[in-house]
Amino acid sequence: MTLPVFSASFWAATAMIAAVTLSSTAGEVLTAAAMKSIGDLDQIRARAGLTGAILAVLTCPMFFIGVFFMAVAFFALLFTLNHLSLGLAGPATASLTVVTNAIAAQIFLKEKVDRRRWTAAVLICVGVYFLAH
Amino acid sequence: MPMAHARLSAHQYLILGLVSVCAPLGNTCLSKGMTGLPPLTLAHPLSLLAAVFTPWVALGIVLLIGFFASYLTALSWADLSYVMLATAWGNVVVELLSHFVLHEAVSWQRWLGVLLITLGVGFVVPGPSRTERPEVAEAVLVAKGELR
Repeated sequence: MTLPVFSASFWAATAMIAAVTLSSTAGEVLTAAAMKSIGDLDQIRARAGLTGAILAVLTCPMFFIGVFFMAVAFFALLFTLNHLSLGLAGPATASLTVVTNAIAAQIFLKEKVDRRRWTAAVLICVGVYFLAH
Repeated sequence: MPMAHARLSAHQYLILGLVSVCAPLGNTCLSKGMTGLPPLTLAHPLSLLAAVFTPWVALGIVLLIGFFASYLTALSWADLSYVMLATAWGNVVVELLSHFVLHEAVSWQRWLGVLLITLGVGFVVPGPSRTERPEVAEAVLVAKGELR
């Protein structure tokens, strides 16, 4: 699917893809922060059972803020798929989210995104672009 | 900030595999379901909710729930930047399925994409899965009674 550059449909597609990418990144960073604060779910499940693990997740307020943004991203994706092809929306949101997540993880979660991870991010980003063809 | 070189267990690799497979398959089901519906507008937001109960969208949601459960588990023992890169191989899985199961033609650009993603995932998976903070590592050792 090719859109004329700087036409109204181009800007509409850009806005839809940006909305999915940004809301998805916000949701994933907040959810990751929540899971980091909860601790290893496998260990919690071994100690307190499946109910204990579910309770540990459901009693974390940040988890619900993350889920809210993920829900926004989900409905933004549904809306986008109704207007754009999966061949355009899928790779565009997937490859952009790789980059925005890596940046956000480094800034907000203080993760060490080293040269190995950046190289992988670039390879995957370009790979997803080629998959769209 | 040093990084731990924690080796993942077979169970943890299985969780990463589930994250990889469930997400792209779920998105494909959503796409199939949504493209079959008449165009939606923001003026009628309830029509978006009604779409959730159509078969392909519902199947997509079930797969995405499986993805979400395994994704949360993975995030509890690995970095977000590790999980998202290590699970990017799901895009390749969809491509391989479409070629070998559905016998769809795959262009050289797509094969190049498969190669690049595989290289990227192969590059990051053997690396450290979690950013280790010295104060956290010390607290763990104290809790285990190995450090006073």
